[in-house]
Parts: sequence; structure tokens; C-alpha cells
Amino acid sequence: MRKTLFESLVHGPLTEPPPAPDEAGLAELARSVNRVARARLGRSLSIREIDAGSCNGCELEIHALNNAFYDLERFGLRFVASPRHADVLMVTGPVTKNMREALLRTYNATPDPKWVVAVGACAVDGGIFAGSYACVGGVSDVVPVDLHIRGCPPSPTELLKGLLALLEHAS
Amino acid sequence: MALLDTITRGDKAKQHRPWPRAIVTDAGWQQAIGLLAKGRCTLLGLWGDAPFVHMALLADTFDDIAVLSWRCKDGKYPSVGVYHPPAIRLERAIRDLFGLEAIGAPDTRTWLDLGFWGVRHPLGKSIPARKPGPYQFLPTEGEGLHQIAVGPVHAGIIEPGHFRFTANGEHVVRLEQRLGYVHKGIESLLRGATLDAAAKLAARTSGDSTVAYAFAFAHAVEAALHVKAPPRAIYLRALMAELERLANHFGDIGAICNDASFSLMYAQCGILRERTLRAAESCFGHRLMMDVIVPGGVARDIAPGGSAQVQALLAEVRKVFPRLIDLYDNTASLQDRTVATGILTPALARQFGAGGYVGRGSGRKFDARKMPGYAPYDDLKFEVPVLDAGDVNARVWVRIREVEQSLSLIDQILKRMPGGKLKVALKASGKTCEGLGLAEAFRGDVLVWLRLDSKGRIERCHLRDASWFQWPLLEAAIEGNIVADFPLCNKSFNCSYSGHDI
Repeated sequence: MRKTLFESLVHGPLTEPPPAPDEAGLAELARSVNRVARARLGRSLSIREIDAGSCNGCELEIHALNNAFYDLERFGLRFVASPRHADVLMVTGPVTKNMREALLRTYNATPDPKWVVAVGACAVDGGIFAGSYACVGGVSDVVPVDLHIRGCPPSPTELLKGLLALLEHAS
Repeated sequence: MALLDTITRGDKAKQHRPWPRAIVTDAGWQQAIGLLAKGRCTLLGLWGDAPFVHMALLADTFDDIAVLSWRCKDGKYPSVGVYHPPAIRLERAIRDLFGLEAIGAPDTRTWLDLGFWGVRHPLGKSIPARKPGPYQFLPTEGEGLHQIAVGPVHAGIIEPGHFRFTANGEHVVRLEQRLGYVHKGIESLLRGATLDAAAKLAARTSGDSTVAYAFAFAHAVEAALHVKAPPRAIYLRALMAELERLANHFGDIGAICNDASFSLMYAQCGILRERTLRAAESCFGHRLMMDVIVPGGVARDIAPGGSAQVQALLAEVRKVFPRLIDLYDNTASLQDRTVATGILTPALARQFGAGGYVGRGSGRKFDARKMPGYAPYDDLKFEVPVLDAGDVNARVWVRIREVEQSLSLIDQILKRMPGGKLKVALKASGKTCEGLGLAEAFRGDVLVWLRLDSKGRIERCHLRDASWFQWPLLEAAIEGNIVADFPLCNKSFNCSYSGHDI
């Protein structure tokens, strides 16, 4: 353990410089973030992730945001265990009918002001699963969405760009 | 003697490959149930295809497979689950999706249908939904018992499902799972789909095993159409499959240690996982390598310089990983959590035909790459590590040993990589044909069964994740453990929700 810890001290960090915030994301957010919220939240945001029917691909890449290369917490963004602690809901999947109510309840359990970020191609409009008897469609069919991060799945860098855009507006 | 010949049967299906399928009547169906109940063969799958129910059996030597088909009369078939518990959830799913009833089934509650679809039996004769009553969890009685309900939305960045614990103080008396929350209706979307569209759907059944699903799907299509992918494609497929296995095993080993609050391993394994995904992206243009394996071959070649990237990854892993194994092995506080925790007995693992590290951590030496086997693994040298302890520690060690095997496999694959074509053109056969494909995902065997129509479109396709037979075993393994060890046990199984709920 000592060797591993020592190497971590003497080697430079793996963490990479942040990407530029996503331009399209900024424009989308400009319509939804209000002044009061910005003043109240400052630069620190707590995120609650909800899988509303994803294939788990998006979750893997969201997970990667916590690794040494992307180190999400340096931006004041962190994942929390309860919607009651969250400012941002990050929702993935084509919203299966079996998850619709759980998503709504999680949304309602999140205190205002709050933002919803829909992640992945299915979260936009159901994607490849659109039209199934078991899926609702996009996340915005169930809860209001402030930002879409597209991709199947979006890479951690794309996720980071979207979240930084959110942060620029929220701070 | 071939497995199918031990069973009284009617005609064999003319176009079913590579293993045979036959229609059976009561005698044959009951013989098969008898073999399963006595542990003489393993249930590989049970699925609906109205008016039929198909049952796939694996010989106890692992080298032969047979599919039996029962033609339902009035939508009914004799229950397998009543004598062989691993079939119970499959029968519940068949009823929810097709409306086909298992006569004598021990559990008639719904499974995937949580009452929100607006229809019942969406793949069979669908009827409007009725308002469902409250779900009846199994009763637990005794002094001082309390219940803990968890999910479907869990505390981490993980998939949704509901766990109902009954505990006596700290000790779990019973865990009951309720799944189906991420049911997307994939098998209905597959009906009538072109092969291209279907391959994309199959690859999104469980994102962490996208390569394995595409691999198994390609096997099934190629078997049905009686074609072989070119040698280069076969080797590239195996390269991707091993990279996927590495990435997932690194992620799992780190996450299991993290659930024992040992975050150093989590951070270090996270770095190895990220490096693996980056190597995958530079070789195949996608971090998870989605949609690269297609029926008939692969959609693209490895990028120029990709081989060097993979070799650099192997060198890095060989430098760092042994140190991490030492760290895992020499940290007493960590071992205290993983050793003798969440024990799965070899008898249960065998009965349920548990695949992957769940089975191999409990003495079941099954790996679809070895037996029944598929190309190119028959040309490559590797071992299937097996341990008997059945605890969290054994499942960690099976993963560690499999990482070592995957490194050696990738070496061999890169050395032997043949040249030539990437894909053969697929032509519809002009008649209905059926295929069964297997592939070994990091968590166990994926089974794909399909029937193509004369134009080469999907008529029926069934996807069976290894998790179907692993989830029930988690209920057994957690019994008697403390509630605080559940995350550890759960992560050591790492069953798929999406792959199960389809």
C-alpha cells in the first residue's frame, strides 16, 4: 500500500484539464435557469442520478466522472444518495412505464430550485426503444428537462461539458 | 449419446442450428423435467413463442445442447418450476409476456408486469390491463422481525430494482427481490426488425455486456443462415470481448472493495478501467465498443496503431495489477469483510446453472468459451479458474484470475491476428430458419435464440442474460449475513437489471 500511495504523491495527477462548456447546452440552459436560484446555490451542486430504464451504458460513463481522470468533485459537483439533498436530477433511459412513477416521485422529493439533465439518446425521445408498449418516450414527457446531453452513451468528456455548462449558468 | 436422443420426442425442426430442436409431448417434457430435477442436465433457458414454449437444456458435460418445444393447448403447458425452481421466474415472465400458463406452477404472481403497461400479455394475445392489486411479498413470521424496503431508486449510480429485506436485528432472515422496472419490451421491438436494427437492440440489452450480446446475437444469426464470419472478424470479436471483460472486472474489483470502504483499491482499479476503455476507443472508435460486432463479421477494422495501444495497456496492467492484488490480499480489514461473507453453496450454483464468477466461485466450471466453445477460443490457450469457497472473496479471486487469463488471451489474439475480409454478406435463405447462439459475457453466458423469416427478418428473438439464474442465488447467499454486508454481496454478484428485465 505504501508504494502505491507514495507513487501517487510523487507522480503528477492523472486529472485532465476541463473541457470547454458545451455551447448548445449553454443556450438551452439560458432559457431555464433563474437568477434567484443562481444566487442561492453558488458554485456547488449536488446531483442525484436516476436510471429510468437505461441499458446501464450511461451509468457506466456517469460513474467514470468520479475517476481520477475526470474528477468531477473539483468543480463542486458531487453525486448524492437522496433526492432530498439534490439540486440536479440526472435522468437516463427511455423512461420505462414501470419506472415512470418512481421518476415522478423522485422529482417531487427534490427541493426547489432544481434542474433536470436528461442523459443519453433514449432520454431525448426514447431513442432505439421508442414505440415500445413498455416505454413512455423522452424524459421531458414526464418531468421538465433543462438540459439534454446526447450520445449512446455520451462519453465522460461530453457529460462534463454539459455539466460545466450547467454550472456556468447556475453560478 | 446426444442429449436429445435421451428424450422421447417428435420430429426435429428442419432448420435449427447448430444444436437440434424437437417438438415433444408429455412424455418427453416430463423426462426433461426429471433430468433437470435430478441434476443430470442444466436449464439454459425457457421462453415463449406462442403457441410454443421452448426449453433449452445443457448436458452435464457442457458439450451438448438441446431445445425442446411444447405446443400449448388452450395456452397451457406443464410447469417446470414445480420440480425445478430455477424455472419459476422464467415461467412468471412467460405468463406476463405471452399469457401462457404453467400448470401446477408454484408461484403465480406477476414478475415483469408491474401493472403499468396498459396491456397484458403484450407478446401474445394482448388484452387491456386491469388495475393490479398490491404485490404480495412472501410472508415472514417470527418474533422481533422487521422489514426494510429498498428501491427501485437506489442510493448510488446503479440500475433500479426493489429489495425487500426481513431482518432480525442486524441479520437478514429473508431477501425478496422485485425486478422488472427497466423492462423495455425489447423482444417486441425485435419482431419484424431487420438484422441491422435487431443487432443494435441486442447490443443495448445490457450496456456493460454490449460486446457479448452482439457476439451471441451474431452467433445465432450466423447459425440460422449457415454462414461463418471471416477469421479476422472472429479474432477482432474476441479482442473486444476480452477488453470488455477486463474493463468490467477492474470496475467490479474496485467497487467491491469500495463497498467495504476501501477506496484506495476503488481509485486504482478505476484508473485501470478508464485506461482499458480509452484503449478500446482508440482501437474501435467507441469506449464500450457498441455496434462493432455485426452479424456476418465486424463493422470496422482495428484502427492503425490500435494494436500498439492495446500492448501499452497490457504493459501498464501487468505493472500495476499485481501490486493491487497484493494490497487486496494483505489488507486484513478488507479480508475481514470479504472472506466467509455471502456464501453460495456449490449445490445451489450447480442446480441453478450459475454462470460467470458466481458459478466459478462456487465450484461450477462452466465457461461458454471453453465448452461448448466457439471460435477463436478453440485455438487459444486459457484456463477457467474455479474456486469452491463460494464467498465474496472467491468471487473477487475468480475475477482476478480471469483478468490474468484475459491478458494472456489478448497477447495470443494480437500475435495470431489473421488478415483478410471483415464481413461476409448475409443473404436471406428464402425459408424460415432458426439459430441459437451463446457468448461468455464477463458475468456469465448470454443466450440468444431467434427465428428468421424467408426475407431474413426477425420473426422471434429471445435474449437470456446470465442474471436470470444468478439473481435468485443472491437471495440465498445473503441469508444470515448482516444487512451492512448486502452491498458487498450484491456487488460481488453484480447481476444485470436491464439484461434481466429486457
